[in-house]
Amino acid sequence: MPWTRDDLAKIAARELRDGFYVNLGIGIPTLVANYIPQGMEVTLQSENGMLGMGPFPYEGEEDPDLINAGKQTITALPKTSFFSSADSFGMIRGGHIDLSILGAMEVTDRGDLANWMVPGKMVKGMGGAMDLVAGVKKVVVVMEHTSKDGAPKLLKKCTLPLTGVNVVDLVITDLGVFAIDKHGQASIRLLERAEGVSLDEIKAKTEAPFVAA
Amino acid sequence: MANKVYANAKSALEGLTFDGMMVMSGGFGLCGIPENLILALRDSGAKNLTVISNNAGVDDWGLGLLLETKQIKKMISSYVGENKEFARQFLAGELELEFNPQGTLAERCRAGGAGIAGFYTKTGVGTLVAEGKETKIFNGETYLLETGLVADLSIVKAWKGDKEGNLIYRETARNFNPMMATAGKKCVAEVEILVETGDLDPNAIHTPGIFIDRIVQGSFEKRIEQRTTRKREKA
Repeated sequence: MPWTRDDLAKIAARELRDGFYVNLGIGIPTLVANYIPQGMEVTLQSENGMLGMGPFPYEGEEDPDLINAGKQTITALPKTSFFSSADSFGMIRGGHIDLSILGAMEVTDRGDLANWMVPGKMVKGMGGAMDLVAGVKKVVVVMEHTSKDGAPKLLKKCTLPLTGVNVVDLVITDLGVFAIDKHGQASIRLLERAEGVSLDEIKAKTEAPFVAA
Repeated sequence: MANKVYANAKSALEGLTFDGMMVMSGGFGLCGIPENLILALRDSGAKNLTVISNNAGVDDWGLGLLLETKQIKKMISSYVGENKEFARQFLAGELELEFNPQGTLAERCRAGGAGIAGFYTKTGVGTLVAEGKETKIFNGETYLLETGLVADLSIVKAWKGDKEGNLIYRETARNFNPMMATAGKKCVAEVEILVETGDLDPNAIHTPGIFIDRIVQGSFEKRIEQRTTRKREKA
């Protein structure tokens, strides 16, 4: 059985450490906040200018001045601070954020990432993704193992415009967990498979070379 | 001391707008946008605008209003995914677009306002963003040269302001406003609460009044793009 969205968030949450400052992307990465282990102190950064993101507000208590990077209404915590976008990306680019968890369309065995543009189709923009992958200490990608039409997303070379080069450390898909040697030449290491998913199935659905650890 | 206070957004923009100008507009999504000054800019009729803003509003609010009237020639933004009219105009070749990584955009505004012509960043190295740009190696790592941005006019939104133009922002409505306030040859600020000079705590001021040429008090709709809530736990 491939992992569900919540399984993926749970697995990604294993990368959290006490005292970490973390930036979570939109989609499955947002769900990681639901799986912060009890007793662990993790501070969530939102790149629109907030450190110490709280949960969604109670109905009727939404504040239009208080949103996350996904433009969702949220709340502050006692430890919260607010700052400008320049300060926010100073934190990100300056290497002060410990972990970034984000989605992807394509990743290569060298840690190249494409997640912002499909030429001729999607003109949304990269937002803060290029800054995050360039500056955050550890970058974890959470994604479906293949595209909607079944094409591999773990590739030797990205076909889509890049978000960053040699930036991804770990990829968690619905089929397995993959460690990437982004600064070296080693193959991807398959660290873990979803229960009931065979090595052959992963091989068939992966273009990049990998070894089972 | 010249008076900086204007009665409304329309008069606050008088004499500052012209065709082909470059405008910076603060805000993230619809949060912290200068609602009233955007409306006044639309009503000024200025066209062929180059607009620097992180986002492009939504179809019927914020900068989306200036897209609707085709007053914008070019946008410099990091993310425009919430605006269908934007996508339509861009794909039809009616609108120029320069995507900047969000942190690069913020820093370009900060640099422009601080008199810094360019800076090196790792963001975007090896991507489309790097095309045509100079690179340089520092401590074995490749960095990209990005330039500072200065606009003809910047329009920003703050929570509180005084008659000197000192500004205080609220929560995540701060976002791009402080840098943009510094990077316009002229800057007009709109505030929710305008107080007498001396009524703001000088220790708490985010944008000193030197950056603000004109200030206007407005009323705000403050639209929410994604209203997300949680259920109250039963007692």
